[in-house]
Amino acid sequence: MIELENVAYSYGGGELLSDISLKLAPGSFHFLTGPSGAGKTTLMKLCYGALLPTAGHIRLFGADVRGLDRDDIALVRRRVGVVHQDVKFLDHLSVSDNVSLPLTVSGRHAEAGGADLHELMSWVGLTNRADALPPELSGGERQRAALARAVIMSPDVVLADEPTGNIDWEMSQRLLRLLIELNKMGKTVLIATHDLSLIRATKAHVQARVLRIANRRIQLAGADL
Amino acid sequence: MKFDLTSLKAFIAGDRQADRVVPPSGFTAQLTVFAAGAMAFLAVFALALSLASGRLAKQWGDELARSATIRIVAPLDQRAAQTDAALRILETTKGVATARALTDAEQQALLAPWFGPDLALDTLPVPRLIEVIEDSDGMDAVGLRLRLSAEVPGAILDDHARWRAPLIKAASRLKTLGWLSIVLIAAAVAAMITLAAHAALAANAQVITVLRLVGATDDYIAQAFIRRFTLRALSGAGVGMVVGMIAMLLLPSGNDAASFLTGMGFQGWHWLLPLFIPLLAGGVAFAATGSAARRTLRELA
Repeated sequence: MIELENVAYSYGGGELLSDISLKLAPGSFHFLTGPSGAGKTTLMKLCYGALLPTAGHIRLFGADVRGLDRDDIALVRRRVGVVHQDVKFLDHLSVSDNVSLPLTVSGRHAEAGGADLHELMSWVGLTNRADALPPELSGGERQRAALARAVIMSPDVVLADEPTGNIDWEMSQRLLRLLIELNKMGKTVLIATHDLSLIRATKAHVQARVLRIANRRIQLAGADL
Repeated sequence: MKFDLTSLKAFIAGDRQADRVVPPSGFTAQLTVFAAGAMAFLAVFALALSLASGRLAKQWGDELARSATIRIVAPLDQRAAQTDAALRILETTKGVATARALTDAEQQALLAPWFGPDLALDTLPVPRLIEVIEDSDGMDAVGLRLRLSAEVPGAILDDHARWRAPLIKAASRLKTLGWLSIVLIAAAVAAMITLAAHAALAANAQVITVLRLVGATDDYIAQAFIRRFTLRALSGAGVGMVVGMIAMLLLPSGNDAASFLTGMGFQGWHWLLPLFIPLLAGGVAFAATGSAARRTLRELA
């Protein structure tokens, strides 16, 4: 699905990530952890083509990311659901229109208002907020809406950057169950988080591997988590 | 952006969803429509100016080149004799189709605007005018002048070249200026639309980022903006064109075909030409927004 080979990334002067090799196999479930500023978000962005590596190779669905043009990147993003740390929506469209936006922009309008949307909206507990505008949502609601938007295309890979950052324990458990369900359906999942209890709770349900970024490199964390 | 008939149809029919993803913009949209309308209005006049001066240049060129005037300036008692002599020379001159002395009544009509209708022409030493119409081969003005000076001392040939040439030149310059104005107007529309599109794209940077994140292609995003600006330019220019045409219709039309000012309007099938102005504006807007969008999108995420 997504392969990183000796990847390095530097912002201006310093190198943030170096010599990172990582392979997200189909159906795998990974956590990405590490101190703030370690480069979790950067690594996420490298994984969906928002940033290009300064060294090394990244293959998205078998194609080298440097060889992809802007349209190819757009097509890659239809197969990768992304939940950002700071979620952005189209503020003039309702929540349900925002959730179905990936369908709209890929020309699948017919499905945009379909049963899947209602099911998904109730799954993330936003049925009552479907007609609200994004600025009216609470932080937790925004994050749930973002997750719904990320998975509506039934992507092969779900990348979530601190998806439970703003929500309470119960709701984060619910989101996690959704991600676990998706993983059981064969989707590849990568979650960046520093919430260790979340990782522990997940490990009870699914075979999850924990990656830790430390000293610019990525390490497989031990079983102690 | 690929351009074929299917995509043109889809473009005109529009994609309601795609239109909705870009937030509506109220005031600036009206400005674009207004500017396009004003430009179309001006373009109608520039077009009328070009066509009228082109017509005039052609008319003067054609009609005046085929005619000349001979003035017989002589004492009253010799005037008739010299006129007859001049007419006889003209009959034998190659290239002259017809030659005819104007009557007193005709000369009076010509002078009436300056001296009033009560002028007693026979008491004044008004020169007799002979109207000469050339045939298609044209006549040799220099040779004719020589013959006239030998046999009719009071005859002065005026082949109109002296005052015709600068007039025709001025008219064709005017025509060029008119077309240049249309080109400038089109360029100004392009500049205005480019600025407006840039502003709209910049104002919607976050929208574009979100759309890119969820997998929208550049074409899809650009389309929403292109369609909007093209339709605005098209509708604004349509209204401007109609108002301009109404203004042209309301221009007073003189009976005198040669008069420049009253001949300003469109004639015949030329009335159809302004209909292309909105299409031109739409095309210019389409191209300008397209290039602005592609440029801006590359710079954004």
